[in-house]
Amino acid sequence: MSATVRVVLPAPLRTLAALTGDVPVQVDGAVTLGAVLDALEACHPVLRGTMRDRATGRRRPFVRFFACEEDLSHEPPSAVLPAAVASGAEPLVVLGAMAGG
Amino acid sequence: MSGVRVLVGTRKGAFVLTSDGTRSAWEVDGPFFGGWEVYHVKGSPVDPDRIYASQSTGWFGQVVQRSDDGGKSWSAVGNEFAYAGEAGTHQWYDGTPHPWEFARVWHLEPSLTDPDTVYAGVEDAALFRSVDGAKSWEELAGLRGHGSGPHWQPGAGGMCLHTIVLDPRDQGRMFAAISAAGVFRSDDWGKTWEPVNRGLHSPQIPDPDAPVGHCVHRIALHPARPDVLYMQKHWDVMRSDDGGGSWHEVSGDLPSDFGFPIAVHAHEPSTVYVVPIKSDGEHYPPDAKLRVYRSRTGGDEWEPLTKGLPQGNCYVNVLRDAMDVDSLDPCGIYFGTTGGQVYASADSGNAWVPIVRDLPAVLSVEVQSLP
Repeated sequence: MSATVRVVLPAPLRTLAALTGDVPVQVDGAVTLGAVLDALEACHPVLRGTMRDRATGRRRPFVRFFACEEDLSHEPPSAVLPAAVASGAEPLVVLGAMAGG
Repeated sequence: MSGVRVLVGTRKGAFVLTSDGTRSAWEVDGPFFGGWEVYHVKGSPVDPDRIYASQSTGWFGQVVQRSDDGGKSWSAVGNEFAYAGEAGTHQWYDGTPHPWEFARVWHLEPSLTDPDTVYAGVEDAALFRSVDGAKSWEELAGLRGHGSGPHWQPGAGGMCLHTIVLDPRDQGRMFAAISAAGVFRSDDWGKTWEPVNRGLHSPQIPDPDAPVGHCVHRIALHPARPDVLYMQKHWDVMRSDDGGGSWHEVSGDLPSDFGFPIAVHAHEPSTVYVVPIKSDGEHYPPDAKLRVYRSRTGGDEWEPLTKGLPQGNCYVNVLRDAMDVDSLDPCGIYFGTTGGQVYASADSGNAWVPIVRDLPAVLSVEVQSLP
């Protein structure tokens, strides 16, 4: 079973990956946070290391993951995303935290 | 020589400044990677169209970019900097062991002979090498592993390997400088390393004459005399006449011997340039006058170069990677400031003009003399 998830990336990462608008990501199997990010990075390798540390796999401190008006940033990679995200009705939002200048 | 290309890294992107050999009119291209910190941009000495750039932010980490057309277009290449083996620990600010963690690339040093080989100096301090045009990176682990690594401590800017100098006479010899550990030398292509800090004196550390622990800001050499090394230390301008085996102070009559960059004239191995800064607490020029100092005697005797530079109310800094020279005749000298100006002198420093003056804070300046 596969799902197409919409991912909203922050402007710096859209520019880096030469993307515009929402990014469709096809996920096979369970639609977890980790699976979506794995699939996104597989399609756009330039994003590897920009959201998750390359050595540890942990979320970078100033990156946040939102969906359905919930902050999923502290969820483990195995966390299953809401059904509305899996169906494509709602996006997974990746954003840079408000910090610095 | 048909022209000069100046590669500028700033807090918010990279810029490419180009001129013909007269160096009188400049075209400014950029920003490239707008919004990202670009710590360093440097071209290959053997293929000037091959340029490497280090792009990073605190939000999204490290990206390495490569251009194969002289900076007109860029492609992201490899950004996986994995410490070899068990990364281990170094000293943290409070003296406790702290795991080695990659933060960013401070400096990229392309090989003198192969455009696909490039070295990267990173924070936390380590040296990496790529032999495939920066697609993949391998740590030269003998540097961290030579013995003193667990005792290195970060300076105020982080624990960074910020300077890599390749010896053009003996390509197996290279130097790396780390804040705050000091200078290290390898004579076997980076496999093994030894600290070369004898003669450095730093009252800011418990043993001022310790073999390791000095906050070296920058080292430079002239290709015709590679055994002579010049150093701008946190405080003190130093020189070694034996490939780093020993150092002696050549601060002489400088108004302050604190500073960051140091550069050597392209055609005169004993002509050296520094930019004195008032103190480590006040990162601006003495008397609010921006002055480059030139020594034609390998140090000790210095003359201020002021023509065209602001001589009042000037409170900018010039960072360690932000000064370079071209190889035209007369030699051109270039430096960038934290105020966003890039100054150039087409006559070895006698007179200066700002070739661009409102960039983001300048982190690095590298110059390519184009055939």
